[in-house]
Amino acid sequence: MAGPRTTSTARSLPDEAGRFGEFGGRFVPETLTKALDELAAEYGRARDDDGFHARLDGLFRNFVGRPSPLYHAERLSRHAGGAQIYLKREDLNHTGAHKINNCLGQALLTLRMGKRRVIAETGAGQHGVATATACARFGLDCCVYMGSEDVRRQKLNVFKMQLMGAEVRAVESGSRTLRDAINEAMRDWMASVDTTHYILGSVVGPHPFPLIVRDFQSVIGHETREQCLEQLGRLPDVVVACVGGGSNAAGMFAPLVDDEDVRLIGVEAGGRSSEAGEHAAPLAHGRPGVLHGTFSYVMQDDDGQTSDVHSVSAGLDYPGVGPEHSYWKETGRVEYAECRDDQALDAFDLLARTEGILPALETAHAVSYAVEVARSMSPDQALVICLSGRGDKDAYEIAHLRGQSLD
Amino acid sequence: MSAIDGVFEKLRAERRAAFVPFITAGDPDLEFTAETLRLLDEHGASICEVGIPYSDPIADGPVIQTSYTRALAAGVRLESILATLRGVSPQMTAPCVTMVSYAIVHRVGRERFVESAREAGVAGAIVPDLPVEEADALAGVCRAADISLIQLITPTTPRDRALRIAAASTGFVYYVSVTGITGERTELPPELVDNVGWLREQAGLPVCVGFGISTPEHVRQVAAMADGVIVGSAIVRRMAAASQQPRQQVLDDLARYVDELVAPLAKH
Repeated sequence: MAGPRTTSTARSLPDEAGRFGEFGGRFVPETLTKALDELAAEYGRARDDDGFHARLDGLFRNFVGRPSPLYHAERLSRHAGGAQIYLKREDLNHTGAHKINNCLGQALLTLRMGKRRVIAETGAGQHGVATATACARFGLDCCVYMGSEDVRRQKLNVFKMQLMGAEVRAVESGSRTLRDAINEAMRDWMASVDTTHYILGSVVGPHPFPLIVRDFQSVIGHETREQCLEQLGRLPDVVVACVGGGSNAAGMFAPLVDDEDVRLIGVEAGGRSSEAGEHAAPLAHGRPGVLHGTFSYVMQDDDGQTSDVHSVSAGLDYPGVGPEHSYWKETGRVEYAECRDDQALDAFDLLARTEGILPALETAHAVSYAVEVARSMSPDQALVICLSGRGDKDAYEIAHLRGQSLD
Repeated sequence: MSAIDGVFEKLRAERRAAFVPFITAGDPDLEFTAETLRLLDEHGASICEVGIPYSDPIADGPVIQTSYTRALAAGVRLESILATLRGVSPQMTAPCVTMVSYAIVHRVGRERFVESAREAGVAGAIVPDLPVEEADALAGVCRAADISLIQLITPTTPRDRALRIAAASTGFVYYVSVTGITGERTELPPELVDNVGWLREQAGLPVCVGFGISTPEHVRQVAAMADGVIVGSAIVRRMAAASQQPRQQVLDDLARYVDELVAPLAKH
């Protein structure tokens, strides 16, 4: 689809130092500075290069299957009994989630930088699968770091990555989840930085990653905006997306932040309760601090040690969040809410039975909260949910939680 | 002038390179940390680098990572580490510097961190995840407290940037020998001599070299080109034995190892 890549506001942030207000920046060992500078420079050139955008748009259309539909979920809307609910169907993308948008963009950047090896971290495995896919498509070597707890929870995605020629390295350190996978990928990059590109999967980490990932994901918000204008003749009243690191939400929200009448809501993982260690909702319960090279809301103790977090969904099981979300929270442009594990599981069932769509457990958090919001709205209003991924990968875990076995 | 400057002034007069061992605070407990610091001081350490355990150390290899994890699991806190240093530093000739993540410095607060470090007798700080662009505010606080803020330069640092980092650094410049994380290596990279030589000519500050150094032969090579030799993982690995073996035995082994490392540092 044609149109500006980002809105004027999003274009002006982050600043040269990678700051969104006070958030963001770059807090990394000196070894990585040169590679981050090179990446920022290469992205700057690519961003102004029509050929780059044409190539990426071609991949989006014919490899990913974009534009993804904006679908009117009539039965879900009736169930909620309020606003008309629309689903932005990122789950229909090749590889089953929004993650592929960013991976293809960064794979093209990898080629431009003349690097032949890619590393990535993954939580739920969606970003790992998308990275393995992009690497297979371009003949790049691919190594994916994944916490061993997530390897257990997401074995189907592990196998898919291997089928596409990627090496999956299980990370045994720390909490053995997404945060530790990022640590291990960063350590690999510390030693391999001259030949390797790190395809970070969310709007987190040191500058320029939060900028790059947001921009590549902004195709979600741009399409949604145009599709709303086509189908509704106007913009939606409310847009809801789940937030772990926050890439699908950032990509959805960035093109809409200047549309002040559109209410934007990000939904964090409320886990089992609001007790420390029982959730993964740093915007709700954390404080600004430093993690993984960026300054943003984070779950930390008084000494600055990162706290353990919990979510039923591996993709939201992260103690930090993208710095632009911290900025949007501070400025009040985006509201952030929470959804507990049990509510997300109920929403998974609800969407399955009302619409015949199995959402990713991450996405189910957005669905749950959106249904609550829709209920308080009127039938002539419209609410869009970013349906960021499909739930096939979660079938084993859901069966496991119900005491069933699929083997 | 911080205590670090005094150390290098004295070493220059003696035409010796500094020996800078690194240990993890609180692995397996702070009593052992204090004993180790006294031992290192007696056996020829010029400066002792004390690692403040951090939950997500991305610049560290498995030895220091697991050491940090053990110390945190045993419940070590910044306050108790500094209390230990306050007790032990007056008994030592070698000043202590802390290796600390900016995540910790930020959470505690720059002023409060530097003030409590100064009270504990700490002479300098190395903050490996604070790049020079972000370091001004902390550098100002450190300067006022007469604490050196030692900054890092790596093989990937372009030379114009290296000069900026060296100009912003105080005490000494920490030159990272390899592109990678901490940990023992069999060989040092061949380009190290040229890089360190260039930096020493330009920096106007002593240059100490760390990462990968573990044998007396490494120490001899580095001492010939630099103002100081930093040894971390090889010492932390030996100290890790303290959770299984009798402590006196671990300390005796460490003393022998340190003596071997220090031997090549005689006047040159």
